[in-house]
Amino acid sequence: MLKGKAFKFGDNISTDDITPGRFFHLRSNLPELAKHLLEDVAPSFTSRVEPGDFIVAGVNFGLGSSREHAAVVIKMAGVAAVLAKSAARIFFRNAINVGLPVLICDTDKISDGDELEVDLAGGMVKNLTSGVVLPLGRFPDVMLRILDEGGLIPYIKKHGDFSLQSR
Amino acid sequence: MGKTLAEKILSEKSGSDAHAGDIVIAKVDLAFLQDGTGPLALRQLQASELERIATPAKVIIFLDHASPSPSRELANDHILLRDFTRKSGVQLCDVGEGICHQLIAESYANPGEVVIGADSHTVTAGALGAFATGMGSTDVAIAIALGKTWLRVPESFKIVVRGSFKRGVYAKDLALHIIGKIGADGATYRALEFCGENIENMGMSERFTLANMAVEAGAKAGLFSSDETTRRYLESHARSDLFRSIRPDPDAEYEQIIEIDVSSLEPMVSKPHAVDNIAPAKELKGEKIQQVFIGTCTNGRLEDLATAAAILKGRKRHPATRLLIAPASKEVLTQAIGAGYIQTFLEAGGTVLPPGCGPCVGVHQGVLGDGEACLSTANRNFRGRMGNPEAFIYLGSPATAAASAIAGEITDPRELM
Repeated sequence: MLKGKAFKFGDNISTDDITPGRFFHLRSNLPELAKHLLEDVAPSFTSRVEPGDFIVAGVNFGLGSSREHAAVVIKMAGVAAVLAKSAARIFFRNAINVGLPVLICDTDKISDGDELEVDLAGGMVKNLTSGVVLPLGRFPDVMLRILDEGGLIPYIKKHGDFSLQSR
Repeated sequence: MGKTLAEKILSEKSGSDAHAGDIVIAKVDLAFLQDGTGPLALRQLQASELERIATPAKVIIFLDHASPSPSRELANDHILLRDFTRKSGVQLCDVGEGICHQLIAESYANPGEVVIGADSHTVTAGALGAFATGMGSTDVAIAIALGKTWLRVPESFKIVVRGSFKRGVYAKDLALHIIGKIGADGATYRALEFCGENIENMGMSERFTLANMAVEAGAKAGLFSSDETTRRYLESHARSDLFRSIRPDPDAEYEQIIEIDVSSLEPMVSKPHAVDNIAPAKELKGEKIQQVFIGTCTNGRLEDLATAAAILKGRKRHPATRLLIAPASKEVLTQAIGAGYIQTFLEAGGTVLPPGCGPCVGVHQGVLGDGEACLSTANRNFRGRMGNPEAFIYLGSPATAAASAIAGEITDPRELM
């Protein structure tokens, strides 16, 4: 069970918004890169977000470049999960690979600052502020298994290979 | 049941009867990294304790995004990547060779192959009939180690293109039109499959432009059947033996069929800060432009430079508008010198940049100032993309870019043709 505060963003938050290209030279210095997370969209985000909080966005979160650093620095900021109406496919895959859940739900029912409780196993998010309960979209099984192991690297270290047998 | 191009290729590479929605493990024919995503991939490869390379000849590292390096940090990343290629036997395309997607097209990808790259515009190779898709550093690292990856077989949109382009209208305008029509997330997780008489008559350069921009509609791949045009392209790049004909089955199932008649299409421009925010170029007349950039994996090929040079020949850029040109590869630059295009650009007041990504990603070679506007032939105009969140990026064809450089404002290229 994950519990934290919602930080609300709009539609089409790109990987250039998350990790701007002008910080390209910091990609091998992730703690420095993380200081600039989402700074062009929400300049105070990194100073306000606390471990366990959630990024809550509209459609097509993470569109654009394949830079996995975007998912990595969101995780480094302590964000427990990204909740969005939809996510761009490369970002979605990257996030799961680094152990950051991206959860699809009707985020119109969540406001900035709402307290949320996410039940990953039960597939729902409860808005503790409004009392509304939202169902979460289903993951492909292979992604759930990667996420369960904490990401693709721990998954491969444990299994040595991809495995499509069901759990 | 018949198969789409995506279903055909992924069935073959997974050794299964794959249909849209299935999860498959597919053999990867070609995996690549670039200098922005490579260092993280190598660190993940090390962390995976699987530091083996399944097939080193089919793994390539490109130094193209920060090329030549503009900073100490990036120069050190380049050292890391070069050292890895020396130790592992993985192929290196160093500074000055060109953009990964252009080099993949010129020298590496073939019809029917699975190509994955740690760069979203990996989709470009779909123009050759390869299933090519972008992934992140970790996915590509694991594919390098294992020689395979997992993929969800995508549903496909069939894009049927009819009619001929009017003078001054190109595949770039069609790409912007399609993205404007279906939206920046209109094809998320889907493959776009291009066909129809316009596509059959289209040269490889413009097919690469269309495939390249598939990801701007969210697509996982932008696919073309391979045909005589593909065969000739491979032949001209010394690998005619790797041509094979690949086409979808006539009874393949598509999630959507989108029919487009291009005969009334006009030069289009994508406005800040979203690729699907499009308008005809003529409606933006009067929008002042401080920088024009012609290049990138979308429009940095010889045909693109030829189009721009034909408009710029004997003319000068507007004094308030900088004109930057970055050929997509060394081969393109060499041929452009031979054809006289580079001379034309210099005489028009242009600045010629080394083959590579140039200012597209905001790293170097033309970062915009506060409040400045750029008309670029690239594929993305997100806020901050070119290194400054206070700048504005418009996207258009090489013809629109050349005309706008002369006028100093967004200009329908037909005014100068």
